[in-house]
Parts: sequence; structure tokens; C-alpha cells
Amino acid sequence: MLKLDSTFRWLCFGAAAFAGLLLLGFFLQLALSSSAAWREFGLGFLVSTEWDPVSNVYGALPSVVGTLLTTAIALVLALPLAFSAALYLVDAKPWIGAVLGHAIDLLAAIPSVIYGMWGLFVLAPLMQTRIQPFLAETLRLNKIPFFGDDYNGFGILTAGLILAVMILPYICAIMRDVFRMTPPMLRESAFGVGCTKWETAKDIVLRYGLRGILGGVFIGLGRALGETMAVLFVIGNLMEMPDSLFSGATTIASTLANNFAEADGLQRSALFALGLILLFMSFGIQVLAQSYLHATSAGRGEK
Amino acid sequence: MPNKIETRNLNFYYGPHQALFDNNLSVEKNTIMAVIGPSGCGKSTHLRIYNRIFELYRGQRVTGEVLIDGRNILDDSVDVLDLRRKVGMIFQKPTPFPMSVFDNVAYPLKLHFKLSKSETADRVEAALRGASIWDEVKNKLRSSGLALSGGQQQRLCIARAIAAEPEILLMDEPTSAIDPVATLKIEELMVELKRNFTIVIVTHNMQQAARISDNTAFFYKGTIIETGRTEEMFTHPHNPKTEEYITGRFG
Repeated sequence: MLKLDSTFRWLCFGAAAFAGLLLLGFFLQLALSSSAAWREFGLGFLVSTEWDPVSNVYGALPSVVGTLLTTAIALVLALPLAFSAALYLVDAKPWIGAVLGHAIDLLAAIPSVIYGMWGLFVLAPLMQTRIQPFLAETLRLNKIPFFGDDYNGFGILTAGLILAVMILPYICAIMRDVFRMTPPMLRESAFGVGCTKWETAKDIVLRYGLRGILGGVFIGLGRALGETMAVLFVIGNLMEMPDSLFSGATTIASTLANNFAEADGLQRSALFALGLILLFMSFGIQVLAQSYLHATSAGRGEK
Repeated sequence: MPNKIETRNLNFYYGPHQALFDNNLSVEKNTIMAVIGPSGCGKSTHLRIYNRIFELYRGQRVTGEVLIDGRNILDDSVDVLDLRRKVGMIFQKPTPFPMSVFDNVAYPLKLHFKLSKSETADRVEAALRGASIWDEVKNKLRSSGLALSGGQQQRLCIARAIAAEPEILLMDEPTSAIDPVATLKIEELMVELKRNFTIVIVTHNMQQAARISDNTAFFYKGTIIETGRTEEMFTHPHNPKTEEYITGRFG
């Protein structure tokens, strides 16, 4: 009997250890396979903008910048949308809340390749003919360096838009839970001192649920960083530094998906190096999130 | 003394269920009205009409009138936000906002008044002094309101309520979650506060009602059975139901 117990214990330990080993394996494999690139280019690989298979020179900066920009746009667009949608849903008539809530949840069930196709056939042409001209000319944003005036429909802004829709359900679901968990008495006290609904939401409920909301944000962030398929369709896949939000660009994930098939030698190693960078970025965000949450929970004292 | 609050034929409904029946109650200015009665008899429900907080919830509705200084505050033309500034509320449990001690009290000031920094600081201090908590928190104004003890949190909530210069304070079992020593402090505070405010307090604690209130209303199953001077009610109740309740035979 005792023997069986210890076998079971070892089995469980094995299962737990397997996950850790796998993670370690990923790091080692990526580090090993990318070593040639790191030896060749050193840390300069991180800031080099060159990507030239003909002369065999590679740099990570365009992919890294593309990844960060698309993710940032996705967050900036998705956050207020998720926040207001979640606010509405917790207060809505039950049946409306259920219908709209499920609709938003189902956005998460759409395969990313479908998002990509939608982006390619619907969103990109719309961006080209309507949205980009509107932003640049009607709103006169072309005076700002960030917005270009070449309208080709593809590029960073389009990719960011798609990513925003894709991460919306995750952030919204978590915000909804957070709002539902706010004690009714706390909300009533806010209304009791004369807050409007908006003031209650932004000053009291948001602060109260900040930790949970940040958790949702980081989940969305992680997803946007690594999303490959949908971005691949609309980013334009240009291995160059983007000069505006309208210009074609690339992200780490889409560069990898695009180039692995025919890459070998140093280029292959450079792609592994990009993979390692992406892994570090996601990892860094996780660690930042954890340590931030830890710090705030310690600072808030009881509760 | 003039009546600060007067309710006329108040009926209240949770959806199809009627919770209050023809409540008529008068509260004199600068007095404490204790509302007593067994659980579920409609005390809190009655109180929550005065600042129209019940309107946050679907399906709750009221008929009748609540006159504050002669004006029916249930009328559509009344500015609810301004009403809630004038009618502060304290809840069963302390509900400090998730912000610093100072900001907890400054927050309602920012909502309702345009004040300079120094004016705000003065008013915050005055409110904290008014709630007898200044000496305990003056050195930790910047730390979280959630880090205070339960009794301190409740007095912080009272400071928050009086900062907005209300005329009426509604207290819904304000000491039910607080230890006896802190409860006594809050009771003393209430007696002081009635100089400036009119207070209506819901309480399950008969001694508390007897100690601090000027008048008492006894609720039973949504109906006001008896109202009158507290001394009179506790010594010579007119209604046998009242007598049964305050002598502890049911409830």
C-alpha cells in the first residue's frame, strides 16, 4: 500500500516537473539554435534594422518594433471598449446582458485564421478606401508624423485593429467578473455621496478592481504579442522599419511564420534568435505583472 | 420644532412584492430618530427611500411622498446627485473607498464644490475632527483608508458623509459590525452630530435606541406600528406589539 502511494507521488511529481522541464527545454533549444546569430551579430542584433538574406545580414529591430506597436494599438483600442462594455453588461437587463455577453465571449471562439481572412478581404480594403483617408485628411492627422498618407490598407494600424478585436473578449470577461465582485455596499456608498454612474465606475469600481483588471490586461497583452495568423494576413510583411502607422511592417511572430520554410544557416539561426526575444518579452511581461500585483497587494494592507 | 422630514403614505414594492404600507413619519430638525423593529420589517427599505438609493435597482418602486423641508424629493424634477449630497448615508459595514484617508474625505468635496487645495485640506480636517477621528489619523492621512480598524473606518465614512455638508444623516445599523468600545464612541459622536444634522438611525440594539435617540418609530411587517418620544415609548408603549418587541419577547 505504502509502495503504491510513493509510486503515485512520483507520478505526480513527474507531471509537475514535466512542465518545468518543457519550459527549460524551450529556452535551451532557442538559445542553442540561435547561438550562431548571436555570435555573428552580438547584441547589435537587437538594434539592427537590416534584414537581407542576399548578403546574409540580419537584425531584429523592425520585427520588435512592429510587435510592440501592434500590441500597443490593440491595447489602446481594446481597453476603453472592454471597460465600457463590461460596465454596461453588469448593469443591463438580464436578457440583454446575457445575449451581448455571450456574443462578446464568442469572439474568442473565432479561429485566428478567420480573423486574418476577414482582415484581408474586408478590413484592409475598408481601411484603404475609407478609414485611412478619413484619419489622415478629414481629421488632418497626416500633420502628425505617426500617420502617413500612403493608403494601402495593410500595415500596423490594421493589424492593431484586428488584434484589438481578438483580445477584447478576454479583457472584457475579466472586467465583468471584477465589476460583479465589487461589494454592492461600496457602490451604494459611492452613489450615496452623489457620484454619477461614470464617477462610480472610474473612481471607485475601477480602483477597487484594479488588480483583477490588470490581470485581464496582461492576458490580452500576452495574446496580442504572440498572435501570428491574423497579423500575417494584414501586416504587409515588410522587413523594414515602419515610418508611419499606415506603413507595412512585420512582427516577430509573422516573420517567423513567413520565413522558416525556406530559411537555413545563419538566417535560420536569426529566426531562432527572434523567437528567443519574443519568449523573453512575454516572460518579462509576466514577471512585471506578478511583481506589480505582489507590490500592490502588500501596499494595500488589509483587504 | 419644524419637521425636517415628513413621509406621506409611503408604499414600497420589490417587483410585485409590497414591502412598506402607508408609512407616515415625521422627523424633527436636529433630532435623532431611531427606527426599530424585527429583521425584514422594512426599516432599511424605508431609510433607503430618503436618498433614493433604491433607484439603482431594477423593479424597486415607491408611491407616496417624502417631504424634506416641505419639498417632495421623490419628484422627477429633483436633482438626485444634489439630494444625495444633502442626505448622507452610513452603512452596516464601513465602506471606505479604495484610496487614502485624506482622499476618502476629499472625494465628495471634489464632486460637489470647486475648492482650492488649502480650502480642501481645511474642510477635510474639519470633517475628520467632526467625526472624532482626526487625532487618530492626522499622521497617516496618506495611507490607505482600508488599513484603519473597523471602528475607525466607520468614523472615516461619517467624516466622508459630513464633509459634503449634508443636512440629514441616514445610518443603517452603523455599529452592527463594530466592537462595543468603538460603538460607544460612535454613539457619543452621533449625539454631538445632531447639533448640526438631523439623524435617522436604523438599529437592532434597543439600548442604543434608548441611549441616543429623541424619538423612536417601531416598524412591523412594513407598517409603522407606533412612533413617539423615545422615553415614552420605552416606558409606556401604547401598542402591545411594541411592548412585546422592546421587552424582548420576539424579534
